[in-house]
Amino acid sequence: MDYVNEFPILKTGLIYFDNGATTLKPKRVLDKMNDYYLNYPSNAHRGDYTLSLKASKELEDSRTCVKDFINAKSNKEIVFTSGSTESMNMAIYGYFYHNLNKYDEVLITKAEHASNIVPWFDLENKLGIKVKYIPLNDDYTFSIDNLKESITNNTKVVSIAEITNVIGDTRDIKEITRLCHEKGIKVLVDAAQSAGHIKIDVQDTDVDFLAISAHKMLGPTGVGVLYGKEELLNEIDYKKGGGTTISFDSPKEIEYKELPYKLEAGTQNIAGIIGFREAINYVNEIGLDYIEKYTHDLKKYLVEKLSKLDNIILYNENVSGSTVAFNVKDVFAQDTAIYLDKFNICVRSGDHCDKKLGDELKIKNTVRVSLYFYNTKEECDKLVVALNNDKILEESLGV
Amino acid sequence: MDNEIKRELILEHFNNPVNKGLVDDPSYIKESKSNASCIDHFTIELKLEDDIVKDIRFDGEACAIATSSLSIAISKLIGKTKEEAINIIDNYNKMIAHEEYDKDLLEELNIYEDISKQPARVNCALLGINGIKDILKK
Ligand SMILES: Cc1ncc(COP(=O)(O)O)c(C=O)c1O
Repeated sequence: MDYVNEFPILKTGLIYFDNGATTLKPKRVLDKMNDYYLNYPSNAHRGDYTLSLKASKELEDSRTCVKDFINAKSNKEIVFTSGSTESMNMAIYGYFYHNLNKYDEVLITKAEHASNIVPWFDLENKLGIKVKYIPLNDDYTFSIDNLKESITNNTKVVSIAEITNVIGDTRDIKEITRLCHEKGIKVLVDAAQSAGHIKIDVQDTDVDFLAISAHKMLGPTGVGVLYGKEELLNEIDYKKGGGTTISFDSPKEIEYKELPYKLEAGTQNIAGIIGFREAINYVNEIGLDYIEKYTHDLKKYLVEKLSKLDNIILYNENVSGSTVAFNVKDVFAQDTAIYLDKFNICVRSGDHCDKKLGDELKIKNTVRVSLYFYNTKEECDKLVVALNNDKILEESLGV
Repeated sequence: MDNEIKRELILEHFNNPVNKGLVDDPSYIKESKSNASCIDHFTIELKLEDDIVKDIRFDGEACAIATSSLSIAISKLIGKTKEEAINIIDNYNKMIAHEEYDKDLLEELNIYEDISKQPARVNCALLGINGIKDILKK
């Protein structure tokens, strides 16, 4: 399929392989946002005039769209945030901070994003809880058996990404949640990398909380979602005081609105939320089954080609997913990325905000290619040609 | 200097940087430096005696430009007075920013004069050397 109409930047010959950081934005998403700014630029839930009612309706239609996208029970369970990071923080500081006690244990893995590590470390410091790692398999993927062995009587939360940002394996959230709920353990899922890549069904998996970033699935930056089961969201104490309150004559008389509004103080990113709906519509039209199969097949294709090059070290070649982590022998990851930039190829180098995975990989920094449905075999071929060079370091220097 | 020689010098200092490895000696002042892009990272130790830079050491992982420029700077700055060292570093910063600078003062550090042609490299070329300056200014 040809996507250049929706992604005109592709006409420039740009090869964009950094979709794990953020995806390209289709024109129709931007048109939808512009339509708001140009034609009904009013605040939502504030006015009695037609324009404002239209803005409110578009915003609430977007909530319904997200609800359907992840199959939540009700719109009350969909809280708009600024992104996955804020969603994770809201769940961790708003709910778990008030529900965990000294010696309670939280299980994460060493392949988590910083936003699923740092807040937990902070709770360890503040509450005396213990953050423990579920050991990964030899290929750095998740293991249900290791999860079973890691659970103790003190385990209260399992907090993991559905798809990790460096290795890219998909964790079986339904099975994980089933195991955890048998023991009264809550499950928080970081879906930043999985939303827009695979189907999410929060009723089927029965997760307790789930975080999404719009910008990693064709949407604008600055928009995210925290899903939570209604009874859990209702307990969240993360209210940003402001225009969420109904009456506030005195400290004793603050009365909060209903969910989800009590967690959405202040003017939301209305244009962004409306744009996110268009992104979801586009993803749905292309089809999540198609996207998953296409990107996984493309990864296999790229891995096969890269494994023929003597100078390439692959880290996750046998993992089914849409990311390829590699290094060029004796070349620092950033030098490789800067070298590829000369070919108009965008890849990410670094620890990918995943400082703990370095312990496991025994190498801190890697180059990451993260694919999406608009990437092609031809682009992969160009990458392989560029990497088939024993002077990459020299040519990266720019002198 | 021709480009071939420049590249060789950079790669030599990248592959075999001088004074890599920390000493953890209390007479050294220590400083950690990271790039905001969250990849290059150095810890630098510097020993100052009677206002003379007696020794500089470092550890960390970083790209070829960051590592080589720090390594060359270290070999150049040891033995200088604090004033002289700061002056060299200031001139180096001017060179990277394409301002007037004293070319003779910088010697081999001149190899990075065109680094701003690759904007992604500018912070790499400044990370280590400005880390040294931070310590000297303490
Ligand atoms: C697995 C994972 N979780 C969370 C995040 C944070 O997303 P955001 O920066 O949109 O808050 C990212 C972004 O890189 C990620 O890859």
